[in-house]
Amino acid sequence: MLNLMSRLKKSLQKTQSSLTQRMSHIVLKNTIDEDEIEELEEILITADMGVPITMELIDSVRAKVKASKDMTDDIYGFLRESLRTYLPDEWKETNKVKVLLVFGVNGSGKTTTIAKLAKKYKDEGRKVLLAAADTFRAAAVEQLRVWSKRLEIPMIEKADGADPSSVIYEALEGMKARGCDLLIIDTAGRLHTNKNLMDEMSKMKRTIAQHVSSSELRTQMILDATTGNNGLMQARQFDKTIGIDELILAKFDSSAKGGFIFSIARELKLPVKYLGIGEGVDDLLPFSRDDFIEALFER
Amino acid sequence: MFDSLGDKFNNVFRYIRGTGKMSEKNIDEAVRSVKMALLEADVDYKVVKDFVADVKKRVIGQEVTKNILPEQQFVKIIHEELTEIMGKSNIDLTCANIGTTYLMVVGIQGSGKTTACGKLAFLLQSQKKKVLLVSTDIRRPAAITQLKILAKKANASFFDPEGEKDPCKIVKNVSEYVRHKDYDYVIFDTAGRLELDEPLMKELTQIKIILKPHEILFVADSMMGQSALKVARSFDENIGVDGVILNKLDGDTRGGVALSVKKVLGKPIKFMGLGEKLVDLEVFHPERLASRILGMGDVVSLVEKAKKTVGDKEAEYFEKKIRKANLDFDDFLRQLQYIKKMGSLKDILAMLPGANKLKNIPTDDKQMVHVEAMILSMTPYERQHPHMINPSRRKRIAKGSGCEVNQVNRLLKQFETMKKMMKKVTQGKSKDIMKNMMSRF
Repeated sequence: MLNLMSRLKKSLQKTQSSLTQRMSHIVLKNTIDEDEIEELEEILITADMGVPITMELIDSVRAKVKASKDMTDDIYGFLRESLRTYLPDEWKETNKVKVLLVFGVNGSGKTTTIAKLAKKYKDEGRKVLLAAADTFRAAAVEQLRVWSKRLEIPMIEKADGADPSSVIYEALEGMKARGCDLLIIDTAGRLHTNKNLMDEMSKMKRTIAQHVSSSELRTQMILDATTGNNGLMQARQFDKTIGIDELILAKFDSSAKGGFIFSIARELKLPVKYLGIGEGVDDLLPFSRDDFIEALFER
Repeated sequence: MFDSLGDKFNNVFRYIRGTGKMSEKNIDEAVRSVKMALLEADVDYKVVKDFVADVKKRVIGQEVTKNILPEQQFVKIIHEELTEIMGKSNIDLTCANIGTTYLMVVGIQGSGKTTACGKLAFLLQSQKKKVLLVSTDIRRPAAITQLKILAKKANASFFDPEGEKDPCKIVKNVSEYVRHKDYDYVIFDTAGRLELDEPLMKELTQIKIILKPHEILFVADSMMGQSALKVARSFDENIGVDGVILNKLDGDTRGGVALSVKKVLGKPIKFMGLGEKLVDLEVFHPERLASRILGMGDVVSLVEKAKKTVGDKEAEYFEKKIRKANLDFDDFLRQLQYIKKMGSLKDILAMLPGANKLKNIPTDDKQMVHVEAMILSMTPYERQHPHMINPSRRKRIAKGSGCEVNQVNRLLKQFETMKKMMKKVTQGKSKDIMKNMMSRF
């Protein structure tokens, strides 16, 4: 765990050192000038925090500096606290979950993340079954099949172009016979603006609801950490269509900072469960709110 | 796409129109709104800063010309600046003088490289070029199979690496293979890699040294945020990028990347990806995109798209019909079918000038199915003589199409309005309408 934490910090630090340097002088005086406001704006915007949150934070920093009597007041501490209020509380794992429905826009990293999740649950002693419900993209089934073989986890598949819900139906029916207690479903990438594909997604959820109770299903949306403000629009639409239980932020080992999760948390109150930090099957890091923010403001 | 940015600009212009002139203060206000709109569109922070400074300088330095509304001046300036940033005009692919042209496609994971390779092959094949597709992606499971399937669909040739696990060796084998073949293009797909991954970036450099490609295309996801330029720059610094393919523009991303890439990288955007199908790749036209951002529509693209699906003869026929304003339901049905071929109604609306102001317009393609069903439930006589459709006929049509009578009523009413509009446009009042439309911008 310590090892994972240091990996997270390492991946964040490369951009954070500049942040600390640039902001440390603000606390030494009781005023904040327009250049400094602009600097703060740049830091927050380039972290993909989005305009509304950036403006909110800047306003509160302005007010804070103005009201501050104590020269040692800590702007970081203040920002850290403010950011914490955006993210929901820590999320608790329950053992009830029987079905994981994984979705997201094209190229967000669904299949790779599913391999990581499957490995994790297998290691925890769960009997995992994979369902290849991406019957649209060329070779998507083959991609999951390679993982299925590597991880020695069984997989349900149908011919290309089959109705994804029928794949899911078959997998749900086959779970018991195979002695599996966790089904992980890979779905085709779809843009949230494509109504037909979103309808297809609702149908998949209905199929699942006929087999398991809502507490046994967990819906996970994969978001690409390099996304900008569109991340919120994606989450908004998927949440509206099928309801998101939790988010997974993939490609966090890039130089992107994934600040858009604050906008999503603010509007939709959705927690981030994991960070994807590489292409290896173990490169999945449990998300912790405090560590995430702490690492952002590491001195 | 770009709807919200267009809306934002429109708000700014309405504001200026409200005040009647451009003063220092309302310029500041307007410029700030422009800045926020661009930032919300994920345009790179530094690019926005420069852009806003340039615009302000130009606006302040300008005399307010009589007879031109201040907002029109503002639009003109912003449009020019946007076009300037995105590059002046579309630049073709670099070709070999003689023989085979080698293209190399690079980018981070999930940006859409493999799909883009398939689309590019399809586009070139449709121009009667002979294309060979090669995958050097030995990393992602089934990436090679994916390209093989796409090659088949695009009617292009595919090079089978036969289990070779070294990308450089694959490239060498291809060079041998194509020596006495007459391929016009060989397109190399590469494994996705993050900009910070040094070993993989080095691998890319090695591939480049062996291949000596005529053009390296960087594939960018248009939904990317502020890190987009860091990523693009890293690829450019490591192997040198010649052009950009901007992908996934069919969503609701405001695609600020389009503005940033050219400005910071100095590399042109050559193509844009507008969907998952092989046909969904278009040549990038900066002026049109700038217009689209401003909510001025993209009529040229629409006309081209229509020509591609409808064909010249048909287009001529409709033009005549429209000019005479004697359109009937048979024509309407045919048009509907063409629209269906052209893509979703929403995409088409996005290209129409002023369409971003038509809120609540049905962009649901299912409604088009209803309309089609209703027309198909009419007799040929009814289709040619819509005014003959009396209440009992309406009832029958509703029954036949599984719709409500009020839906049939609405359709007939819409059809009448459309005909009236066409008459106006074609009987010399078009100037007024155009003027009316222009004043909205």
